[in-house]
Amino acid sequence: MTQQDYSLAELMTVAAAEAFRGNGEVLATGIGLLPRLAASLAMKTFTPELMMTDSQSWLLSEPNNVSGRAASDQQAQESWMGFSRIFDNVWSGKRHAMVGPTQIDAYGQTNISALGGEYTKPKIQMLGVRGFPGNSICHANSFFVPNHSRRVFVPGECDVVCSIGYNPQRLPRGYSLDDIDIRLVISNLCVMDWGGANHQLRVVSLHPGVSFDEVQDNTSFDLAQVDNLTTTPAPTAEQMAIMATLDPANSRAKQLKDNPVGDRRRLEESNNV
Amino acid sequence: MDKVRSAREAVSAITDGMTIGIGGWGPRRKPMALIRELLRSPVKDLTVVAYGGADVGLLCAAGKVKRVIFAFVSLDFIPLEPYFRKARESGAIEVSEIDEGMMLLGLRAAAWGVPYIPTKIGLGTDVVRLNPQIKMVDSPYDDKEWLAMPALKLDVALIHVSRADQRGVCQIDSPDVYMDDWFARAAETTIVSCDELVDSAHFHQGDNARSVFWERNVTQMVVPIAGGAHPSSCDPLYGFDMGHFKEYAASASGDGIDAYLEKYVSAKDEQTYQSLVGGIDAIRALPLPVY
Repeated sequence: MTQQDYSLAELMTVAAAEAFRGNGEVLATGIGLLPRLAASLAMKTFTPELMMTDSQSWLLSEPNNVSGRAASDQQAQESWMGFSRIFDNVWSGKRHAMVGPTQIDAYGQTNISALGGEYTKPKIQMLGVRGFPGNSICHANSFFVPNHSRRVFVPGECDVVCSIGYNPQRLPRGYSLDDIDIRLVISNLCVMDWGGANHQLRVVSLHPGVSFDEVQDNTSFDLAQVDNLTTTPAPTAEQMAIMATLDPANSRAKQLKDNPVGDRRRLEESNNV
Repeated sequence: MDKVRSAREAVSAITDGMTIGIGGWGPRRKPMALIRELLRSPVKDLTVVAYGGADVGLLCAAGKVKRVIFAFVSLDFIPLEPYFRKARESGAIEVSEIDEGMMLLGLRAAAWGVPYIPTKIGLGTDVVRLNPQIKMVDSPYDDKEWLAMPALKLDVALIHVSRADQRGVCQIDSPDVYMDDWFARAAETTIVSCDELVDSAHFHQGDNARSVFWERNVTQMVVPIAGGAHPSSCDPLYGFDMGHFKEYAASASGDGIDAYLEKYVSAKDEQTYQSLVGGIDAIRALPLPVY
């Protein structure tokens, strides 16, 4: 296997794992298969201090595989960690969650509650705010966006603001914007952070073959970019092997529509042959 | 001290306009047999507090609900609960949408007899804008504003556990208790259905008493119903019934709730319901979910 043979899902997972680098002993929660695989990869490699649950009620010393498990399989559980205890941890701030919001606005506010219509009668009822309000004001959060589009990166504010962001208009009394801790946004086009002027969303690296203009065209608000815009690093052979071990049923291949290649330039080359 | 009741007797404690809390989480360990009994009753205008699944969906669809206090309503593998979605999208119900942790704090405040618990959760989000009844307070100790999460006092809590004795000692074998202990403590009347009714001597053995999460004086009624969480799970006894949930979800875009209720709930008792879904042995054989 050559390194170029990685999928976009694998590229995004490796980029997402970077969000957890240097985090230390925090509860790493990846919601969805790829974010969970990313947190697991980070824990297995450069941030072994991370803590992770079985997505149910136990804290694990070693992350569970994200696929191919049976209910009867043993796991390396080290503490009971039921949902009420998750909140004890959330409120302590020692957590970093990576979530996949349906909408994200220029302030880093997100929505998983409802879309369109009026709040009393929304066009589409989704999950509800879940734990987003508490997560966003208590601990670090990163976002995972499988489909970078203007529908996700919305103009103005989200239809329902489920998480606090860098919005001075909504800042509670006694808080500063620096109290909010939104880390990375990993999309299918690029990696971004909120490090532009006044916490503007900023492109940090572009996935192979993607241009800044393409990212901007698919975002409803203006993006900043770092001075030396780089290409998102390809997975290493070691990372590919660990992902294969953690995901033996290759469920990562089913997370993005048609499982695109990680380096789209390779596709163009082969099309030109 | 004999708190054992039939489902019908127990549910008759619920009257129009009450606030009821429902234990469990999404499709996990929901007191579904009690919910079905509630669906058969004439009760209406309920305020429902829950980490919601089909319990909330069914009650909304059957027109039992005035208001839902929720952080989410989901069947996990079917992320959007079909009938809750319908109720919301048709504007049929009022809602108070709060954070999962705020709900926990509200239940704790009710349990502890305090009017509110200060928290920063919800600040800066639409939870504040959409819930004008939730007030902000100043702290005597700092200059920040704090959200005063009001006590979520429940008239009745409905909970399903692994086993209980007739005095209301309840044991949960499942890996998670969820917030059931707080639902029980926040309620005036706690009704617990159990998969197994046991002698009190059961709790004297080994570590059994370690998995009792609230005291018997918190439980007012015990309803023995083996398989009573179906189609939700009662880990480790049985998993949730994906097939049944799929049929339930499909009914929302097909024949509707009336057909579902006609087939499974109305004019049926729990025994008939269970025979329609394959019987207790089939329920107990439902595989545990893998996360």
